[in-house]
Amino acid sequence: MARTSSSGSSRRDVLKLAGLATAAGFGVRPAFSQSPGHVVVVGGGFGGATAAKYLRRAGVDVTLIETNATFATCPFSNTVLGGINEIDAITHGYDGLAAHGVQVVPDTVTGINAANKSVSLQGGTAVSYDRLILSPGIDFKWGEIEGYDEAAAEVMPHAWKAGAQTELLRRQLIAMDDGGVVAIAAPGNPFRCPPGPYERASLIAHYLKTHKPASKVLILDSKDSFSKQGLFQAGWAELYGDMIEWVPFSSGGNVARVDPATMTVYTDFDTHVVNVANIIPAQRSNRLVDTADLANGGDWCPINQLTFESTVQPGIHILGDASIAGAMPKSGFSANAQAKVCAAAIAALLRGDEPPSPSFINTCYSLVGPDYGISVAAVYRLNAEGAIAGVEGAGGVSPGDANAEFRKMEAEYARGWYASITSDMFG
Amino acid sequence: MADGITRVAVPETAAKGEIIEIKALASHPMDNGFMFRDNGTRIPRWIIHRFEVDYNDELIFAADWHVAISANPYISFHTIATESGTINFRWFDDNGDIYTESAKITVV
Repeated sequence: MARTSSSGSSRRDVLKLAGLATAAGFGVRPAFSQSPGHVVVVGGGFGGATAAKYLRRAGVDVTLIETNATFATCPFSNTVLGGINEIDAITHGYDGLAAHGVQVVPDTVTGINAANKSVSLQGGTAVSYDRLILSPGIDFKWGEIEGYDEAAAEVMPHAWKAGAQTELLRRQLIAMDDGGVVAIAAPGNPFRCPPGPYERASLIAHYLKTHKPASKVLILDSKDSFSKQGLFQAGWAELYGDMIEWVPFSSGGNVARVDPATMTVYTDFDTHVVNVANIIPAQRSNRLVDTADLANGGDWCPINQLTFESTVQPGIHILGDASIAGAMPKSGFSANAQAKVCAAAIAALLRGDEPPSPSFINTCYSLVGPDYGISVAAVYRLNAEGAIAGVEGAGGVSPGDANAEFRKMEAEYARGWYASITSDMFG
Repeated sequence: MADGITRVAVPETAAKGEIIEIKALASHPMDNGFMFRDNGTRIPRWIIHRFEVDYNDELIFAADWHVAISANPYISFHTIATESGTINFRWFDDNGDIYTESAKITVV
């Protein structure tokens, strides 16, 4: 016993020393000469925040440009809608990154000058870079659903960028009378967070079942199948009976038009007057990429999938939802994994080395209820054509016949995953 | 959608000469006859092989479908609103069934 205790205290001493070493590291950090270069990261989400931190770990000078002082995560934003968490629980600041030596600039990039390697900021200044990382996320294709524009989103929120929109949708759910109908319009592929609309339906149903049990969730889908479909549908039947109705494309689920004034959602063939409408529109890469034509006329940015460097403009790397990253889904976990690979590649390139051969993991946990979790996981490597491809036999989905204890454990893993990835990004 | 298999969308009203969009959807497996069940037996061909649309008894749209057409065939096309009347839709199933839909349009 005495031995254990003494070894425990020596471990604490080691930790204390490590802490001192880190502090000393900050003291000498302005020794810029040791850095192989300066990287500007645009966007402080899953891709950008992770890339900034891991580039600092590799000794690279990093400036992170982010419009907002805090970042509310899309992952777990459905728990806010379900009344399980407050928005504060999914909102993170950048002090941790600053403590790692990341220069955090609260501003908005208005233009990219690839020729002289600089970005211009709304504040009027320009920042030059050796390499640029864009992790700007998505924008919406307004108008693809007739009548759905930015003004309509204040009445029929998308809540597909977390924050104020999440809180708006939450307030609408709270204000709705029992017996109301909540419509969720789910977009066609590809889009941010493939299981997201269905987790959202689940956790809204959780809230309604608890507080407004005569209400209904109506999913109007532009697709005929969705991520983890069998697991979701089994979970819905088990937890919520027939509270959630899913209308696939082939049953006329595609939303063609909305009228916010009358709270009417028109599919190709039917008309639904609803109490709350969550319209998740079709998506594309954030329009910032258009300032350097990085999407090459398409919706998403083509990249070298080893380094995440644009195939259109050298020196600019694109991460996360905005990029075409082979078989990887557009998820926060994907962006986090890509950011580490990109940071390692850039550190190598700046030092004149070969980028290391990457391996990626993505896991999407979804909560069907607070104590009912399901997941899909995959491992990816580059194939012979240089595209990110799934490794056969690796990963998988939760078993269909698992018991309640198993589902509860997966819900715990989901919470553990969230704590761990946000600490990885912002801690 | 009397039979639950088909549904259509036609504007209720239109101006004379206006270009209108017509949509039609059939919920159908469109089995192409080349697929096998787990036990090795072949799933026989079963498709909708023809689709027709009349506007006041005049054929305005027709399509012959073959085995490459996906399940749940969805058709959207444009025509000119010429006069008030009825638009009739017919889907011809391999099994001999004909599914029909009908929609009224008022042209002002």
